[in-house]
Amino acid sequence: MVKNKKVLLIIILVLAVAPLFTKAKAVHNAIILLLIFATLGEAWNLITGFAGQTSFGHAAFFGIGAYTSAVIFYRYGITPWLGMILGGFIASAVAAVMSYPCFRLKGHYFAIATLAVAEIIKQVFVSWNYVEGATGISIPIIPRSSYFLTRLFYLQFNDKLPWVYICLVLFTAAIFLCSFLENSKMGYYLKAIRESHEVAEAIGINPANYKLYAMIISAFISALCGSIYAQYILYIDPFMMFSLDISMKIVLLTVLGGIGNIYGPIIGAAIFIPLSEFTRIKLGGSGTGIDLMIYGLLIVLITCFHPKGVIGIVGRIAEKFGRKPTGGEGSIETVS
Amino acid sequence: MIIGQIIANGILMGFIYALVAVGLTLTWGVMDIINFAHGEFLMISMYTAFWMFSLFALDPLGALPVCIAVIFVLGVITYSGIIKRVITAPGLTALLATFGFSMFLKNLAQYLWTPNYRYINDAFVSGKSISLGGIVIGMPQIVAALASIILTIVIMAFMDRTRTGKAIQATALNKNTALLMGINTEKMYAITFGLSGACVGAAGALMATFFPIYPASGALYSVIAFVIVALGGFGNIKGALFGGLIIGLTEALGGFFLGTQFKYALVFLIYLIVIQVRPKGLFGW
Repeated sequence: MVKNKKVLLIIILVLAVAPLFTKAKAVHNAIILLLIFATLGEAWNLITGFAGQTSFGHAAFFGIGAYTSAVIFYRYGITPWLGMILGGFIASAVAAVMSYPCFRLKGHYFAIATLAVAEIIKQVFVSWNYVEGATGISIPIIPRSSYFLTRLFYLQFNDKLPWVYICLVLFTAAIFLCSFLENSKMGYYLKAIRESHEVAEAIGINPANYKLYAMIISAFISALCGSIYAQYILYIDPFMMFSLDISMKIVLLTVLGGIGNIYGPIIGAAIFIPLSEFTRIKLGGSGTGIDLMIYGLLIVLITCFHPKGVIGIVGRIAEKFGRKPTGGEGSIETVS
Repeated sequence: MIIGQIIANGILMGFIYALVAVGLTLTWGVMDIINFAHGEFLMISMYTAFWMFSLFALDPLGALPVCIAVIFVLGVITYSGIIKRVITAPGLTALLATFGFSMFLKNLAQYLWTPNYRYINDAFVSGKSISLGGIVIGMPQIVAALASIILTIVIMAFMDRTRTGKAIQATALNKNTALLMGINTEKMYAITFGLSGACVGAAGALMATFFPIYPASGALYSVIAFVIVALGGFGNIKGALFGGLIIGLTEALGGFFLGTQFKYALVFLIYLIVIQVRPKGLFGW
């Protein structure tokens, strides 16, 4: 059951039609990145927005997904589609393994533990020869003249439009899944755990299990994004894929878009990704770092003046038109 | 003998880590804010030491008070300009503000001073070393460790002995009650942020004598400092000190026995192991 299906369908429709009106590669690129990061945000939202467990380590799942598909294509020529699914399962397995020790921790201790896990995985990949270590993997390019179906099979395209639709399909699937989960028994259980761990336990919810399910689903989705991202940019290295910056970017756009709300990630991504792309294109060529400087400053300004996130503004506008706000503000367990 | 050498190196490095972590644990414990810009404060302090050295030929040891003052002021400005506005905001907003600020500082440094590595080569302590029963210890490390110990003790004494320190602790325990007792909590927060900056400022000046200085030089230490702080328990200065020593030793011994490429992995692994036994850090409650 999906509430507000109409809004969701309009968003997806707009994203599907908009790229057709322009041939500008920069716009397509921004939409692709926007969709990938919005999907990552949805995944992160499951564990942090709904279940209230702050994760600073989602780059780990993202990177595992990217590496799995890239490595099996690079080493054995196996289609990235298979790698994507495999990556999802590996990331889920890692999530399950790390969750057991980590979920005993509360608040910041948990957040730092997820960060530690991501760093450990990064260090392992840096010195692992099988995945080319710190050099990173350049994904082999198939000939430009290949048929479209071959290209689809190997997930490499001559222009960016197919990527937009692949990412859109992934995003649609993710947002419908999250929307479904939000209104399912599990969603309510997760929110109960977020609001009070002890009360949830007292009314017969097993928090450990439900947090584990949320983490596994979240890791799976993140890994799919990672595979797509790797195939899209065709080069990955551990410092880029497992960086704290990726984890924080996910946190950033979800929190400022509206945490604990299925629309939050897409709103956040729709603001921050074009912003970062725009500053990068306009100012990034100089290599002086001025683009990231301005981007950082903008983040500070937005957090200072709209600390409740952009969805707070959307909610206020909706109220003016006599509508109920689309969703609640998630309160996150950060007190240790 | 080589083991003794490694342990000595680990302990010395541990004290320096501890000083960075003490700064972080202050803001974290008192205001419940993860300051992502902490590593960038360190970097700015290293640059301050560098410019003092290359422009005014001031030795990093002489520049120590300057660095402390500069980063103290930077901390206070950060508090009154950014943190004050977001401290009451829900959830992770404050953290993101500091993340944005760290990005700004890092790239500002790159914009102003290029990404090139810089070194302070002929500081007063450079190139000297002491030999103790076969263990050779570099002078920069010894001076840095000693200064770290002294500063950590000073901060501990300040928090426990002075009125301001006690007021900060009261604010940390319960802001509203502290306010009712007549404590200017805003001012206490500003002082805490400044003190946190002062610690990391001192660490920066000390580290500048034996680490390369570049815009991303603080990033790694800030992640390690997060782990140290969590290892020791948030807001616990003693915890940060012991956490720093554990991490310093782990890094040195792990680097020797497993290979240097795994030393950071081991540092994070130690955190995950310790936290299983003490879920709120070594000295947390």
